[in-house]
Amino acid sequence: MEHLELFLKSIFIDNMIFATFLGMCSYLAVSKKVTTAVGLGAAVIFVMLITVPLNWLLDHYLLQPGALAWLGAEYAEYDLSFLSFIMFIATIATMVQLVEIVVEKFSPSLYNSLGIFLPLIAVNCAILGGSLFMQSREIPTLGLATVYGVGSGIGWFLAILAIAAIREKIRYSNVPPALRGLGITFIITGLMAIGFMSFGGMLTGGDEGGKKPEKTISVEKMDKQQNTIGEGETSKKEKVIASNIKVNE
Amino acid sequence: MGLLSKKDSRLILDPLADNNPITIQVLGICSALAITAQLKAAIVMAISVTAVVAIGNVVISLMRNIIPSKIRIIVQLVVVAVLVIIVDLILKAYSYELSKTLSVFVGLIITNCIIMGRFEAFALANGPWRSFLDGIGNGAGYGIILVIVGFFRELLGSGTLFGFKVLGDPIEKTGLYAFGYENNGFMLLSPMALIVVGLIIWVQRSRNKALIED
Repeated sequence: MEHLELFLKSIFIDNMIFATFLGMCSYLAVSKKVTTAVGLGAAVIFVMLITVPLNWLLDHYLLQPGALAWLGAEYAEYDLSFLSFIMFIATIATMVQLVEIVVEKFSPSLYNSLGIFLPLIAVNCAILGGSLFMQSREIPTLGLATVYGVGSGIGWFLAILAIAAIREKIRYSNVPPALRGLGITFIITGLMAIGFMSFGGMLTGGDEGGKKPEKTISVEKMDKQQNTIGEGETSKKEKVIASNIKVNE
Repeated sequence: MGLLSKKDSRLILDPLADNNPITIQVLGICSALAITAQLKAAIVMAISVTAVVAIGNVVISLMRNIIPSKIRIIVQLVVVAVLVIIVDLILKAYSYELSKTLSVFVGLIITNCIIMGRFEAFALANGPWRSFLDGIGNGAGYGIILVIVGFFRELLGSGTLFGFKVLGDPIEKTGLYAFGYENNGFMLLSPMALIVVGLIIWVQRSRNKALIED
């Protein structure tokens, strides 16, 4: 159940573009045509599907404080978390190279239309951001990390698909010259972000007195509640709302 | 040192307006939008990025003749990652609350397109001093946009600048609040940052017709 919740949350509420603005550069640059946007979006989903769980494993077994305990008891106090940036970006760069080779072999036309943007995914903030958010939110299990990765990728894909479709249409609209291209895209993305904020009430039962969606809902809390035996659905929801309100204050 | 030559001073001045990394080159958007709800965070981020771009530019420029072309992206990534780790540790040591506000966006400086963009476009083909100036210029151009967006968002969103209440006290209803003015809390949310940048682009391109795209 929490997998489904995390999945929906990372697509709609914590949308990589509309909530946290990750990956804006390629989002703005590639969204002129729907076909290239779809290609890039698919590549992002695929890369996130691979890199987020991989980085979770790295984080869990290598980088976290106390993670090295499996090597031997004397390594238990090592805290390698300062190496996270380098290790994450290294796995991402390698995986992107792999995706590039696969795409070139199986779909040369897609490879040509993506051009420079495929290697540019390596520095797409969304990919590194996905891994960093996974680390800072302390997602507890590999399954949840995978769900988070795929969900974030799909959210990004949704966003770039929508803006590409809109940009294709507004080419025939009467946009003021100084706003054409980049300016109007920013404003439209802002309006879409406002629209996506309406998803904030989706998973918490809705009535929170108009509170902003709380981004740091800890998945740990829900995990612990799963373990309590014999609690009814309503009290679980109350607990989630209660923990929301606590975190908000 | 004396004054910089004409060509060199263009390296610093161009990115401030006509070749601005955010509004013209379309780089570095992510962090420009996400952390500008407070002016202090915006300025710290601008300084961090400027430092990383300038120093990274110098390092890559010094190495430019010995980096094999096939692995140059990886070399650039490693250089940036090391510099960002240093910046992150300095921030955590001297300003812990601010580093919490910036959270993952300090790490995301690594993927800040401005840095890789300048490495590819400039540092790989120019000497260290000019690369340093180019880094400072682009960092400053990025910083200006961040400061403008942060200024409006914090002023209109919470009535403060740098944490100082400049419009009066909202709870005791002094200053502007006595006339019924209310903070526009919406400005603190992410979508408004996008719209503010869109408006900045509008103003910039209206003033300089050459930048209009079709």
